[in-house]
Amino acid sequence: MNHTAMQILLAGAVVLPLVGALAALLPAPPGLKGKNPDQAVLRHGVTVTAVVLAASLALAAGFDRGHPARMQATTDISWIPALGIRIHLGVDGISLPLLVLTALLTFLCALYSYFKMPTGPSPKAFVALLLVLESGTLATFAVLDLMLFFLAFEMVLIPMYFLIARWGGAQKQAAAWKFILYTLLGSVVMLLGLLLIGLKSGTFDMVALATDNGPKAQLSHTVQLIAVLAVGIGLAVKSPLWPLHSWLPDAHTAAPTVGSVLLAGVLLKMGTYGFVRIALPITPEGMHTLAPYLAALAAVGIIYGSLACLALVRKGAKGDLKRLIAYSSVGHMGFVLLGIASMTPTGVNGALFANIAHGLITGLLFFLVGALKDRCGSTDIDTLAGATGAALYGRAPRFGGLLAFGAVASLGLPGLAGFWGEMLAMFGAFRPAAGLSRPAFLTFMALAGLGTLLTAAYLLLVVRRVCMGGTLAAGTAPAADTAAPRPAAPVIPDLARYEYAAWSPLAALTVLAGLWPAALLGLTNPAVQQLLGGGK
Amino acid sequence: MSSVTSLVQSVDWLAIAPPTIAAAVALAVLVADLFLPAARKPLLGWIATAGLALAALSLLPLLDGHRRTFCLTGRPDVCSYAADHFALVIQFLVLAGALLTALLSVDTIKDHDLPTGEYWFLLLSSAAGAALLPASRDLATLVIALEVASLPAFALVGLRRGDRLSSEAALKFFLSSVAATAVMLLGVSFLYAATGNLHLSRVAHALAALPDPRLATLASAGVALTLVGFAFKTAAVPFHFWVPDTYVGAPLPIAAYLSVVGKAVGFSGLILVTVQGFPSYANVWGPALAVLAALTMTVGNVAALRQDPHRTHSAVRLLAWSSVGQAGYLLVPIAAAGYAHDPAHAIGSTVAYALMYGAVNLGAFAVAALVARTSPAHRIADYRGLYARRPLVALALGFFLLCLAGLPPGIIGLFAKVTVFSAAVDAGLGWLAVVMAVNVVIALYYYLQWTAVLFRADGAPAAETPRARIPAPLTAAITLAAALGIALSGAPQLVLRFASGALL
Repeated sequence: MNHTAMQILLAGAVVLPLVGALAALLPAPPGLKGKNPDQAVLRHGVTVTAVVLAASLALAAGFDRGHPARMQATTDISWIPALGIRIHLGVDGISLPLLVLTALLTFLCALYSYFKMPTGPSPKAFVALLLVLESGTLATFAVLDLMLFFLAFEMVLIPMYFLIARWGGAQKQAAAWKFILYTLLGSVVMLLGLLLIGLKSGTFDMVALATDNGPKAQLSHTVQLIAVLAVGIGLAVKSPLWPLHSWLPDAHTAAPTVGSVLLAGVLLKMGTYGFVRIALPITPEGMHTLAPYLAALAAVGIIYGSLACLALVRKGAKGDLKRLIAYSSVGHMGFVLLGIASMTPTGVNGALFANIAHGLITGLLFFLVGALKDRCGSTDIDTLAGATGAALYGRAPRFGGLLAFGAVASLGLPGLAGFWGEMLAMFGAFRPAAGLSRPAFLTFMALAGLGTLLTAAYLLLVVRRVCMGGTLAAGTAPAADTAAPRPAAPVIPDLARYEYAAWSPLAALTVLAGLWPAALLGLTNPAVQQLLGGGK
Repeated sequence: MSSVTSLVQSVDWLAIAPPTIAAAVALAVLVADLFLPAARKPLLGWIATAGLALAALSLLPLLDGHRRTFCLTGRPDVCSYAADHFALVIQFLVLAGALLTALLSVDTIKDHDLPTGEYWFLLLSSAAGAALLPASRDLATLVIALEVASLPAFALVGLRRGDRLSSEAALKFFLSSVAATAVMLLGVSFLYAATGNLHLSRVAHALAALPDPRLATLASAGVALTLVGFAFKTAAVPFHFWVPDTYVGAPLPIAAYLSVVGKAVGFSGLILVTVQGFPSYANVWGPALAVLAALTMTVGNVAALRQDPHRTHSAVRLLAWSSVGQAGYLLVPIAAAGYAHDPAHAIGSTVAYALMYGAVNLGAFAVAALVARTSPAHRIADYRGLYARRPLVALALGFFLLCLAGLPPGIIGLFAKVTVFSAAVDAGLGWLAVVMAVNVVIALYYYLQWTAVLFRADGAPAAETPRARIPAPLTAAITLAAALGIALSGAPQLVLRFASGALL
C-alpha cells in the first residue's frame, strides 16, 4: 500500500470517531432512522467503530513488517508554530498493536451495547462519548508530538468521567470524581515534565527527541531526572502504579461494563505506553536513576494486587468480583512496569506483550462479569456463591467455561496470552540493563514470582467459588430444586449470540497470542531495540 | 513664535481613532438620549453597539503597528501614545469585550428598567478609557486612562436604583478603588520626584542610573506603590475583596464587563509599568508578582470551590471567584517577565491567555444572563437539566467552562494554560508552575461540577410553560463567543502567536 493511503488510514482512524461523535448528536438522516432513535444511534456507533476497526486492520495489513522500527504512515504538519506543536502522526511496531487493540475493543463494546445498553440516560450521548473516548485513545498511540500526546491523554478524561458518572452503578459519582481528579493531578504534573523536556531541548517531536535529544544539546542529568519524575507521576497514576492506584478499583467497580472494559483494556495502556515512548528513549539517564524505584513499586503492586484479591475472594469477605478483577489489574500492570523498569529489550518486549495480553484477557473478564451482574443481579462473590459455589458450570456451562478460560488465561497459563508477557518481564528483571543493581532486581523478580503464585491462587479460588460448586440438585437437573436444603439458584441464560460475537474474538486472540507470540514480538522487538539504543 | 509652535505636538488622528470613536459615540448617545422619545430608546443600544464595532474596525488600518503620536517635539522617539502591536491586541480585546457586553446589555436594560441613555454613555466612556490605557506610554496618561475606565464603572455597578445590593456593591467598589488609585498616584509622584520624568521609556532610562543613589529608596517605593493600583484592577489578592459583592450587586452584563475588560485594563497597565517602565527593578516586581500570582490563584480557586450551589447568587459568585483565580494565571507570565532575558516573550503568554479568557468568560456570562431570565436567583442548582431544556445552550456553556478549566474539548483553554506554564518553566519559576498545576486541578473540580449539573436529569417533571424565545442579542453574544472559542480551538495559533512574537 502506498504512503498516502496509509497516511489517510491513520489520520482517518483518529478523526473519524470524532466526526462520528458529532453525527451521533444530530438527528438520524432519513433512511437510517431504524426502529427508534435509540436503536438508530446505537447502530451508528457500531458502524463507525467497525469502520475504524477496518481502517486499523488495513493499516496493520499495509504495515511494512520488514521495518517495524521505522515510523510508518507518518503525517507531519505544523499546527501551532508559536509553541512548536506539530500534528505528527505515525505508527511503528510498538504502537500498531495497541492501535488495533483499541479499535477492536471499542468495536466490541459498541456491538455489545447495541444489544445490551447499560441503564442510564439516552444512548445518544453514550455513543458520542464512546466515540470521543476512542478518538482520544487512538490519538494517544498515534501522535508523535509531546504536546499532542498530552492533549490526547486529557481528551479521554471527560468522556470517561461521564460514562462512569451517568451510566455507572453504585457510588458512581464518587468513583467518577476520584478517577478524574487523580488522573488530572497526575497529568498536570506530567505537563510540567513535558514542557521541561520541550523547552530544554527545543522540540516537542518525540522522534527527534528519541534519536538525539533534540536540536539543542543533550538534556542534562538533572533535567532528565526532574522530567522523568514529573512525567512518570502522570503516567504512573494512569498505569496505575502502587501506591497511586486507589482510584482504579472504585472506578472499575462503578463503571458500566463497557466502561470497565475500555478502562482496563485501553486506558491503562496509555500510561505504560507513555513510559516506553517517552521515559525510556527521551530521558534514558533519568530513567536509569529511577528504574530501581519504579521496579520496587511495581513489585509491591504485584504482591499488593494479588493479596487484595485473595482477601476479596475469601468466604464471607463480601468481595465484589468486579473489584477483584480491578485489583488483579493492579498486579498485572505491575508486571508491565517491572518489565519497563528493567530497561532491557527482553523486559520491555515482555511489558508490551503483557500490555496487549492484559487488554484482551481483562477486557474479556470484565465483559463476563458485567454479563454475570445482568444475569444474577449482583457480583458479590458471597451472594453468588452461596454456601457451596455459584455452579456456573452447571447453570450456564458455556458461560462458566469462558469465565474459567479467562481466569486461567489471566493467571498466566502457558499457551495463553498471559504467560509470555509476564515471563519475559521477569526475565528482563533477572538480567537488568547494565548499571542497574542486579541483586535488587533479583529480589523484585522473586517478589513477582511470588505474585504469580498468589495470582494463580486467587483466580483458581474464583473459579472454584463461581464456576463450580452448587447443591446436589444443581448438579443433576434444575428440576429437582425442591430436594435441596436451600432453593437452588435458578438457571441463568447461557451465552447469547451477540455475546458470542463480542467475546469470541477476544478468546481467539488470547489463544493465538499464546501459541504464536512471535507475531507480536516480531513487531515490537526491532522498535524496542531502536528505542533503547538511542535511536541508532 | 517658533518657540510656541514647537510646543504643539502633532496628532495622528488615525492612531488614536479607537478610543476616540468610542468616546465620541458615548457623547452622541448621551445627547441623543435627551431628544429620543421613550419608545425609541432601544435605538441607543444599537448606536452604541455600532459605535463599538466601528471603533474595533478602526484598528484595521493600524495593523502594521508602527504609529506613535503625542511625541515630544524635541525628541520624536519619546511619545505618550503608541499604537504598537501590544496596544492593538489589547484594544481589540477591550473593544470586542465591550461589544459582547453591549449585546448582553440590550435585554438587561429592558428587563430591569435601567436608565438607557446613562447606561450606554457610561459603558462607552469606560470602554474608551480602557482602550486608551494599553496605548498610553506615560504615567500621567496611564492614570487618566485608568480613571476614565474606572469612574463610569462605579456608576454602572450602582445603576440598579432602589436595589440595596447594587448600591452597596457600588460603594464598596468605589471606596476600595479610590484608595488604590490614591496609593498609585502617590507611587507615580514618588517616581516623578526620583526620575524627573513621566514617559515610561525615560523613566526606565532614569531608573537604570539614578542621578543620586539616595533616591533609590524613593524610587523602589514608587515602583511598589504604582503596582498596587493595577493589582487592584486585576483583582489580585489581597486587593480582591470587592470582587464577589460587586459582581453580585452589579447588573450581570457589567459583572461580565468588569471580569474581562476591567482585568484587561489592570494587567495591561501592569505590563506597561513593569516591562516598559521599571525593567531595572525586575528584581523587585518579579518576585512580588510571582507571590501575588500564587496567592491570587489559590485564594480565588479555593473560594470558588467553597460555593454552595444551592445558595442564591452562587453562579455569579462562582464566576467572580473563578475570575480571581484566572487573574492569578494572567499574572504568572508577567512575573516570569521579571526573570526572563526576553520579557516581551513572556507577556505574550498573558495576552494570549487573556484573549482566550475574554471570549469564553463572556460566553459563560452570556449563558448566565440567559438562565437568569427564567430563574433570577442565579443559583448553580438552576442549571440542572439545562441540556434537556436547551441542548445547544448547555453544550455552549459546557464548552466555555471546559475552556476555562483547560480540558479538551476546550483545546484553546488547554493550550493557553500550556503557554502560561511554559513561560513559568522557561523563567525558572518551577515552584509557581507547581502551584498553578495544583490550582488547575482545584479549578477543574468546580468547573466540571457545574458542567455535570447541566447534563443531570431535571428532577422536576417537564415544565409545562412554553419555551420562551431567546432574545436575538443574547443569541448573537453566545454564538459569537462559542464561534470564537471553537475557531480558536481548531487554530490556536491565532492567539498563541502573540506568545512567540515580541509585542512590545
